[in-house]
Amino acid sequence: MNTGDTAWVLMSTVLVFAMTIPGLAFFYGGLVRRKNVLSILMQCFIIMCVISLQWVLFGYSLSFGPDTGQGIIGSLKWAGLNNVGGQPNGDYAATIPHSVFMIFQCMFAVITPALMIGAFAERMKFSAFLVFTILWATFVYDPLAHWVWGTGGWMRNLGGLDFAGGIVVHASSGVSALVLCVLLGKRLGYQKTPFRPHNLPFTVLGGALLWFGWFGFNAGSALAANDLAANAFITTHIATAAAGLTWALIEWQQHGKPTILGTVTGAVAGLVAITPACGFVNPMNAIFIGIIVAFICYLAVAVIKAKLGYDDALDAFGVHGVGGIWGTIAVGLFAEKAVNAAGANGLFFGGAQLWPQLIMAVVAPLFAGVMTFIIYKLVDAVMCVRVKEKDETIGLDLTQQSEAAYTVIE
Amino acid sequence: MKYIIAIIQPHKLDEVMTALEKAEIPLVTVSNVLGRGRQKGVTEVYRGTKEVGSLLKKVKLEIAVNEEFVAPALEAITGSASTGEVGDGKIFILDLQEVIRISTGERGGIAIG
Repeated sequence: MNTGDTAWVLMSTVLVFAMTIPGLAFFYGGLVRRKNVLSILMQCFIIMCVISLQWVLFGYSLSFGPDTGQGIIGSLKWAGLNNVGGQPNGDYAATIPHSVFMIFQCMFAVITPALMIGAFAERMKFSAFLVFTILWATFVYDPLAHWVWGTGGWMRNLGGLDFAGGIVVHASSGVSALVLCVLLGKRLGYQKTPFRPHNLPFTVLGGALLWFGWFGFNAGSALAANDLAANAFITTHIATAAAGLTWALIEWQQHGKPTILGTVTGAVAGLVAITPACGFVNPMNAIFIGIIVAFICYLAVAVIKAKLGYDDALDAFGVHGVGGIWGTIAVGLFAEKAVNAAGANGLFFGGAQLWPQLIMAVVAPLFAGVMTFIIYKLVDAVMCVRVKEKDETIGLDLTQQSEAAYTVIE
Repeated sequence: MKYIIAIIQPHKLDEVMTALEKAEIPLVTVSNVLGRGRQKGVTEVYRGTKEVGSLLKKVKLEIAVNEEFVAPALEAITGSASTGEVGDGKIFILDLQEVIRISTGERGGIAIG
């Protein structure tokens, strides 16, 4: 047991907490129209409540509990935090209390379904959202976390590397987000009337908090206060800086002006892409990962989305899905054992890590997408996922929460 | 009595207020408004998606005056709000039927200032 490591992981837990609320909440909240901002804040906030409970009751056990034999899912032996106490668990983190590892992972389980809010924003019924989120966390996130990170998980046994959640968190939620927004359909008036972000300063504030919290997300995933954490910290920062700048330059060239929304979006894409790679690549290669993700995500958000016409309202797929898949593949290219002896060598360092990465990058999104489809159809059959047309026009704040964010008269 | 409505460029507000004060017309109601005229709208870009034809921000002044103040008011506004370009705004003048000062109940020209 190491007090320094324990302190760092507890600190990181708080940082990752701040990514969902207020970080993501305000990042997304600023992007919607003023009649829907509270619905976004509420969804982010209630996910923190609901998934935290799901996690300690059975989610953690399904994800990280003793494998049931096939590498597919953990058993319920750790349900209700049974056997999850102050003693370290050598399989996951030998120098910190097992309970600290559990609560750190809890914040990941929380933010992952919250990322999908960006796709179904402004049109999902609150009750259906709650049921969907709990089912998705249980049948998509928990198994995926087990495959990739759990002892005995089949992707982990395959040698797939995902340092902080490029596949488990971002690719899974991003692809599920795409499936969701297609099933749910476009918002009323999409591509006919203008949809303007109602408060970009909120979005910038939220985006900056995401960057801030991501140091805990990535460097905390070293699960120790050591050189590996330092490397993850630095690569995270550098890839993000490169991606934010690159997006601004692309816009400058394409539209004559760089925008703050574009720059923040680029930075978030950089954070996503470096997530699986931060503990396996060196800072110079992090620059490439950041530059490339800006180009790919820009293409997804500004060109492909418009061409195909799906309404990924706040670009959950375009940024998290696409960026997460790229980052996972990038591990197979840029990883080197010189950075992390427990890692592997990627293509550019004479290794064969690209194969397990490609398998992860295909199978995990496919699984997430299919499961999302099934869960959506199930929930829709029982309670109709989309709000009524009239409610959508009035806005989700008034119709789902009975509140208004901004008063017109004192 | 006349009711003057002036739509002007937002950045001209301070100059217009000063000019009106010089013309001894200190009373004015101001509001932020959106509008579109010959200047058309501006194009905004969000994550590479263009939103064409947004309404432009303008400021609306509303002033109630007695007849002898109409000409000085118009002079003050046009003199201070003009840049000579499209988008400078417009002035509308309406006949004003009645004015009532709420605190005293006074009516007509005396209640206006």
